[in-house]
Amino acid sequence: MAKDELMNYEKALEMFEVVIGLEVHVELNTKTKMFCGCRNEFGDEPNTNVCPICIALPGALPAVNRTAVESSISIGLALDCEIASNGRFARKNYFYPDLAKNFQTSQYDEPIAFEGALTVELPSGSVHNIQIERAHMEEDAGKLTHIGGSTGRIQGAEYSLVDYNRAGVPLVEIVTKPVYGAGAEAPELAAAYVRSIREIVKGLGVSDAKMERGNVRCDANVSLRPHGQEKLGTRTETKNVNSLRSIERAVRYEIQRQAALLAKGTAIIQETRHWHEDKGATSAGRPKSDADDYRYFPEPDLVPVQPSKELIESLRAKLPEKPADRRKRVQAEWGFADLEFRDVVNADLLDQIEETVRAGAKPQAARKWWTGELARIANSQDKDVTELEISGAHVAELTQLVDAGKLNDRLAREVLTYVLGGEGSPSEIVSARGLEVVSDDGALIAAIDAALAKQPDVLDAIREGRMQAAGAVIGAVMQAMKGSADAGRVRELLIEKANA
Amino acid sequence: MSEITPDLVRHLAGLSRILVTDEEVERFTEQLSLIVDSVAKVNEALEGLDVPATSHPIPMANVYRDDVVEPSLTQAEALSGAPDSGDGRFRVAAILDEE
Repeated sequence: MAKDELMNYEKALEMFEVVIGLEVHVELNTKTKMFCGCRNEFGDEPNTNVCPICIALPGALPAVNRTAVESSISIGLALDCEIASNGRFARKNYFYPDLAKNFQTSQYDEPIAFEGALTVELPSGSVHNIQIERAHMEEDAGKLTHIGGSTGRIQGAEYSLVDYNRAGVPLVEIVTKPVYGAGAEAPELAAAYVRSIREIVKGLGVSDAKMERGNVRCDANVSLRPHGQEKLGTRTETKNVNSLRSIERAVRYEIQRQAALLAKGTAIIQETRHWHEDKGATSAGRPKSDADDYRYFPEPDLVPVQPSKELIESLRAKLPEKPADRRKRVQAEWGFADLEFRDVVNADLLDQIEETVRAGAKPQAARKWWTGELARIANSQDKDVTELEISGAHVAELTQLVDAGKLNDRLAREVLTYVLGGEGSPSEIVSARGLEVVSDDGALIAAIDAALAKQPDVLDAIREGRMQAAGAVIGAVMQAMKGSADAGRVRELLIEKANA
Repeated sequence: MSEITPDLVRHLAGLSRILVTDEEVERFTEQLSLIVDSVAKVNEALEGLDVPATSHPIPMANVYRDDVVEPSLTQAEALSGAPDSGDGRFRVAAILDEE
């Protein structure tokens, strides 16, 4: 892969205005596929969730999944879209083995939802109103694996293997209008927009919204134009961007790459580009050409979708709170400072903290565990903190044990590792492993006496008001009791002893 | 007259993965022109009338299936008609584009 010349980011923004456009694909979490009764399930044995419809055997007739239509309408409503009173499916024709039919069933000129908007707030506090052009229903394609060749996965591939389990899984594609005016924050805005879409579909319960599984995927269009020019520049569309961080990096990369080309007077080629997470770079895919002559036409096997006003209104009544509203509300409820709250949002921990608080934890304690110890553990395992196998209820229980003085911080951290190891709830682990803090005075006094025997001067020091001297004894007691002593109680007992 | 040209016929044949000879291009250009011109006559008849485009001749909408799992084929059944397969999957010629 040839190395691209990149322009300094600040300089690129001085010379050019950035225009982005985002296409987000959301995989719905229906039980079955869009047009057949095969299971919609990630990770099953290849080609076991397939039938004559989704592998396109002759004569097979599709039938639309009612739940998928309702989920699509809900997404449209959550994005403040109009819902089409008459929508049709269309065939998007292309030859590529990821779909066996040689066309993708999609929507063309009559999408289910159109003309919406989504408010997105950036960490800096700037607020952008993203215009949604449309949200339409379609089906996902199968999964290709390229085999052979010595120089990597694609070049020189000898053959490809196709698994159609994903073919026909319901997708909603959400397309923005061109987004102007984000300036240097365009990459952050792209990521924040996708984060909001994820929150919306998760809140609606219509998608598992796991980017690492491809439930939410983003294609990022980027173009540059000289400041003041009205005509949009030639855009590229970067695909294969499957994390929020990658979206930000890919948009930034394209800005710097295109700026360098334009400054030299080289025209941008309108093409698909692929994002490579490992290299932190995009590379050219196929140019837009004959291959994109899709010859859309109305799908003759499926009749129009005409949602009734009653259906639309009943779905509207069930909409959850908008992400921006929810953030304002929970920040106020939890009393988090702006910086604290920003960390929580950027770590995607709103759901976790909400669940933990609901289970009885104090908001600050919930925040501390999730953004502190749990984030650290996740990081050390190269995972996302949201992927850890621990519930908000368990974290809440842990904070309550700490508050009740049954666990000190060190023991709580130890208990946490056992919870993550699947040993049960914190209380269960505490009793099974006998990890409770020792605040039984008899045991503590015995340990204190043993420690004092080695450091007889300490009591005098305490009497003289030099409390720091107590630290050595507390430390010795802790060590003797393997960290399970209640340090506060040890200190109290020590003072009592000095003043006796 | 329609705008079907020999080049357009070659382009369509390419999109449809059909190999055509020069003689066929000439013949199809003529035939497709005739078809397109005939359809255009319908448009002439509708001039001035407000008739929406029809995608389905039967006035029917909202035909749905409930979201209930139905049995799928087994992997062996699914692959039984494939010219080539391997590792539980359909095997196809090398693809030079990423998914």
